[in-house]
Amino acid sequence: METPTHLQERRDASDAAAAEAASAPFVPLVRPQLPAQAPLLVAVLAVAVGALPVVVLGWGPVGGVLVAAVAFLVALPVWSNVVEGPRKATDRLATSLMWSAFAIALVPLVSLLWQVVGNGFPALSGEFFTFSMRNVVGEGGGIYHALVGTLIVTAWAAAISVPVGVMAAIYLVEYGRGSRTARVITFLVDVMTGIPSIVAGLFAYALFVLFFGPGVRMGFGGSVALAVLMVPIVVRSTEEMLKLVPDELREASYALGVAKWRTVTKVVLPTSMAGIVTGVMLAVARVAGETAPLLIIAGDTDSVNFNAFAERMATLPVFIYYSYMQPGIPPEFGRERAWGAALVLIALVMGLNLVARAVGRWFAPKTGR
Amino acid sequence: MTSTSFRRAIVPGLAALALTLSACGAANEEASADGDTPSGLSGTLNGGGASSQEAAQNAWRAGFQEANPDVTVNYDPVGSGGGREGFSSGGFSFAGSDSYLDDEEGELTAVTEQCNGTAPIEIPNYVSPIAVIFNVEGVDELNLTPEAIAGIFNNEITKWNDPAIAETNPDADLPDADITAVHRSDESGTTGNFTNYLGTVAPDAWPHGEIEIWPIKAGEGASGTSGVVSAVTNGQNTIGYADASQAGDLGTANVQVGDDFVGPTAEAAAKILEVSPRVEGRADTSMVFDLDYETEEAGTYPIVLTSYLMACTTYEDEETAELVKGYISYILSEDGQATGQENAGSAPLADSLAEEARGHVEAISAG
Amino acid sequence: MPPTTAPDAPSAAPVVAPTGVRRPGDLVFAGLARAAGLLILVALAGVAIFLTLEGVPAITAPSERIGADNIVVYVWPLLFGTLLAATLAILVAAPLSIALALVISHYAPRRLARPIGYLIDLLAAVPSVVYGLWGIQFLAPKVYPVYQWLVDNLGWLPFFEGPANGRSILTASLVLAIMAMPIITAICREIFAQTPTLHQEAALALGATRWEMIRMTVFPYSRSGMISAVMLGLGRALGETMAVAMVLSATGVITFNLISSVNPSTIAANIALGFPEASGVKVNVLIFSGLVLFVVTFVVNFLARLIAARGAVKGGR
Repeated sequence: METPTHLQERRDASDAAAAEAASAPFVPLVRPQLPAQAPLLVAVLAVAVGALPVVVLGWGPVGGVLVAAVAFLVALPVWSNVVEGPRKATDRLATSLMWSAFAIALVPLVSLLWQVVGNGFPALSGEFFTFSMRNVVGEGGGIYHALVGTLIVTAWAAAISVPVGVMAAIYLVEYGRGSRTARVITFLVDVMTGIPSIVAGLFAYALFVLFFGPGVRMGFGGSVALAVLMVPIVVRSTEEMLKLVPDELREASYALGVAKWRTVTKVVLPTSMAGIVTGVMLAVARVAGETAPLLIIAGDTDSVNFNAFAERMATLPVFIYYSYMQPGIPPEFGRERAWGAALVLIALVMGLNLVARAVGRWFAPKTGR
Repeated sequence: MTSTSFRRAIVPGLAALALTLSACGAANEEASADGDTPSGLSGTLNGGGASSQEAAQNAWRAGFQEANPDVTVNYDPVGSGGGREGFSSGGFSFAGSDSYLDDEEGELTAVTEQCNGTAPIEIPNYVSPIAVIFNVEGVDELNLTPEAIAGIFNNEITKWNDPAIAETNPDADLPDADITAVHRSDESGTTGNFTNYLGTVAPDAWPHGEIEIWPIKAGEGASGTSGVVSAVTNGQNTIGYADASQAGDLGTANVQVGDDFVGPTAEAAAKILEVSPRVEGRADTSMVFDLDYETEEAGTYPIVLTSYLMACTTYEDEETAELVKGYISYILSEDGQATGQENAGSAPLADSLAEEARGHVEAISAG
Repeated sequence: MPPTTAPDAPSAAPVVAPTGVRRPGDLVFAGLARAAGLLILVALAGVAIFLTLEGVPAITAPSERIGADNIVVYVWPLLFGTLLAATLAILVAAPLSIALALVISHYAPRRLARPIGYLIDLLAAVPSVVYGLWGIQFLAPKVYPVYQWLVDNLGWLPFFEGPANGRSILTASLVLAIMAMPIITAICREIFAQTPTLHQEAALALGATRWEMIRMTVFPYSRSGMISAVMLGLGRALGETMAVAMVLSATGVITFNLISSVNPSTIAANIALGFPEASGVKVNVLIFSGLVLFVVTFVVNFLARLIAARGAVKGGR
């Protein structure tokens, strides 16, 4: 628990120094301290205390863990208070609380992954990936149509938001730096990251209604909604990456007489390409799991639809939602498909995340700084 | 210009992936190889409307599309109102609706106009019992009077051992526990039919009348039929109302009709159309009913959801007319009715009604 | 055209573009970049404009189509539910996230800090619909006994009146808290990491314990950043849709009873549940409620960014 950080080491060193310096005769040079194994010892005792009601009273494991945690949180500071004084006791309490918070945060993540894998894995099969839901009543069927829909919708969203986002970032960094417009744009882009996804969906609907009349549903509408959510992320990440490009590179290019736009496209962008790609992929991963806007504007269908510009288009998140909320009769098969699709979606999104980070790491420019 | 910058191949890679994927359809969606089907039907038929019909429509579409591989039938579960709207504006070639067309907002006129001046066909193709489902430990059978049902859902009867329930269930071991009444939190035709029944049969205990959005701020709300069913299943001492076909293993209450208590079977539900009067003053093709909830006919289950299928008698183009004719004929066929009952719990139409409906459908033509 | 001379850029200042000569390529490219920037402003304005355009018919809609006496009566309980759920979520998420951020920035050893950060980012990557699945199938049944205990023992509090139900607004808030946590953590940990090392070392040199050091140097330095982070988390919780739509048993009442089956709905969840089957003026009503949500989240985010911007200036960096 008490693994010393660099600060901790320094603290210890300074403690010792301070103790040496203070040579008043009535004050002991070193305050008594708990042995280094104290937290471990208390932890073992706390676990024992927690195990007691589980064994004796037949409590569930959750209750036992809670009792153990409380026992630890009380015992260690009390002991420390007796031996080391209140200040150290507070510090120990704070440390324990921090790590408890970490443990609490892990609970949902682990249980969620456990649930999704456990419930979703049995659903996976060859048919699951190659079949749509057309003509499927009850058992069987698959997510092919939703998978295709998600790819098409997010591809279009990326096609809209990447050029806009990257160009806007170029404007902010290369052209508008410090100008009033640029400051306003930066601020509003930040605000825009907070637009609720359902509002983006309603926006796309309200926009498309003007052209196609009430009740419009199409995959491209979903792309527009997702693009609204994506653009701010792309702008922010691209902006950060462009700022990292050393000015010397630009200056060298200008010195050779290269025009500014050529400098940007041939020097600045390639240098920061890895970072930009990472940012774009993270943005794609973020919107690929969005449900609400697609529920509103892309709708749901059970057949494959390759045309983003007409008719409803199923997507994975919406498929999960409907499969679970309207599972059909009997409900087991729909539920199972929902969990299977959730597993596929999580794998897709987390895979994108990991690949994006790997790209950022491996292809990072060697700037020599 | 910037193509060299993108040599990392990620973008083209993704595009290629998308292309390969879009090159082939789903494994179960191959159209018939020779394009020559026995019926010779092909094309796309668009319909939509009541979500109550969705399960049945899905089964019918699957059956019809399997028989006619070149045909695609779409049914958008946009709700009854959306269905009627889409039908009258020509967006849908057929529609499903939990209530029949009337002229309060000029809908019937608009539809007639859309159908080239002929009155639309309306068939009660989907009749399904709404079961009162409950989950009380140790209670397998429950007999309820309409007043008791109304009282429970109106939050007047709050304990399972209330005399109003105990009286009709002398043998049941009713617990002294609070009742959790589960209702639909979304706007729903099921709620509409259920409250219509309560308001008609027990107006004193249920003063809210027919309403599609749950009127009382009490009880547990759940979205969709499956939401209600799982809320009742997962809760304790719960009661709810849902399409009987989705009740699963839950107990379903028998409802008092006359002196008997009748359970929610498809047969008992189908009977209500036989004892209910046709709405008067409408065209021959409009087979719509004012459900007689107060019937005392033995063996009739009165809480039913009726949903109508709407189509035109004349269509602009030949293809649509043929497709509508083929699809509805399939629904009305013995095969179709059996599919509907099996997959969605829809009560098969009585022979006389089915016969009449077939007659109307035969007359569908292009004009 | 003769090549332009490189500008004499001072090492610290941003590079000044070579002006002097105007090349067509430069003009086009600069124009495109500028247009893209302005397009973002237009899009943001467009969101407001189109929502207003489609939302306005709801104000004059007949009451029977709205399902309430008028649009205000319709939206108010939803707004109440939205605010209640988001506030509860933040009450849970804020302390947890700040503690988590501190673990990453100050408590965990270097080697552990980075993987922990990734783990938290993974939480952020989970799609909301999956949180909804998890919430309704796993969390709701699991918290039911806890709620039952609350009803039995703390039932005299208006919050825990019961009857206990797993699909209550508290459960929805817990899910929202989990979803808001990664955002707050990510921002807080960046700000904590920016605390000047000198301040921290000075505190330690004076004999402060680690906790005292954090309280005396890290927190004052990052106060505005923390507030901004919490508000951004609040913005996320306000607008989150699917998890609430799936988990919550909504009745549309205004109540502070947190663990019963009778709960207020939230704007976003109400839209998601109602939109697929809405037609006619009902669509306008839902879009109007979406406009209200947009305004609320916009204000919250706006204030959050403003506080962050102010704080950055005060910090003297």
